Amino acid sequence: MTAAAPSSSPTVIRPTLYELFRAFAVVSVSGFGGALPWARRKIVEQNRWMTAEEFNEAFALSQFLPGPNVVNFSVVFGSRFGGVAGAAVALAGLMGPPLIIVTILAMLYARFGDLEMLGRILIGITAAAVGLLIAVVAKMAAPLFRARWDWAPLIAIAAFVGVAIVQWPLPLVFVVLAPISIACAWMTR
Amino acid sequence: MKDNQLLSLFGYFALLSLFAVGGANAAIPEMHRIAVEVMHWMSDRQFADSFAIAQVSPGPNIIIVTLIGYHVAGLPGAAVATIAMCGPSCIVAFLVARTWDRFKEARWRIAIQAGLVPVSLGLIGASAFVLARSADHSIYAAIITALTALVGFTTRINPLWIFALSGLLGLTGGL
Repeated sequence: MTAAAPSSSPTVIRPTLYELFRAFAVVSVSGFGGALPWARRKIVEQNRWMTAEEFNEAFALSQFLPGPNVVNFSVVFGSRFGGVAGAAVALAGLMGPPLIIVTILAMLYARFGDLEMLGRILIGITAAAVGLLIAVVAKMAAPLFRARWDWAPLIAIAAFVGVAIVQWPLPLVFVVLAPISIACAWMTR
Repeated sequence: MKDNQLLSLFGYFALLSLFAVGGANAAIPEMHRIAVEVMHWMSDRQFADSFAIAQVSPGPNIIIVTLIGYHVAGLPGAAVATIAMCGPSCIVAFLVARTWDRFKEARWRIAIQAGLVPVSLGLIGASAFVLARSADHSIYAAIITALTALVGFTTRINPLWIFALSGLLGLTGGL
């Protein structure tokens, strides 16, 4: 994979519904540890359905909307090309194959979950998965905490304490903190 | 009884869907609170196992709700939990996507976008904390977590290798 040719050709191609479905189905099964790099490769570099810039904007939007980011992205992207049908097709492509796989895994777990051997393997994997999550948090936090000690780190810490330590319900923490945070962002602009 | 469970699966996850800014990772503590502490659908250990299975499965990590739903009420539970978790946020995404481009330069849009970043960071941090408490019951597990965090932060290694190695360590070592 060489660095993709910079989007020199501004001609953006419109996918058909079937192509949309297939692209998101491929992204979903190859997307271990985050589907973003795969989605970018498929959409921007291979198919040229969007320029890199359009992709970044659509993804930024998907990230701050509530709900799973990649799922939001499939809806935002699909709706741009095919309205409701496009959104539905992209979503079906993204969720279909993983749902089949995970349902089979759920059945296996229901049957064999008590096996000691499986339990030990899962304990190891969970420990590693938590480590990766900590790495993600550290990567997200670095720019926020380094820039300037202003309201943003305080909001992050308050959200952490509210949910993890005090164990308030997430909707409650959100309803209190999000408006404060948005107001701070508004005033510092 | 079964209908009640489907109904509460739907209610909890549909509500969570609208507040999960930061995606699946941000919603983990709330799922844990509901599934383990409030509703007693599953044990702490079963929740941690579900998280692990969702991580090693291809596809969006939100698929952990499918596992929880299946555990609670079989296939109907899996379907209801998945639809509840994705439905409301997808509708919001669809509606916002249609209007958002018009307000690209608007000050309120920039403020919302910037204001939600620290909130979701705090929520994801809380997820890591809650999961570490469920997962790291031994010093060896805690060491694996710490090492993986270090490797994940400093390199761009494919997580599948780390999962394979740590699964093997779990199998052979005394976690």
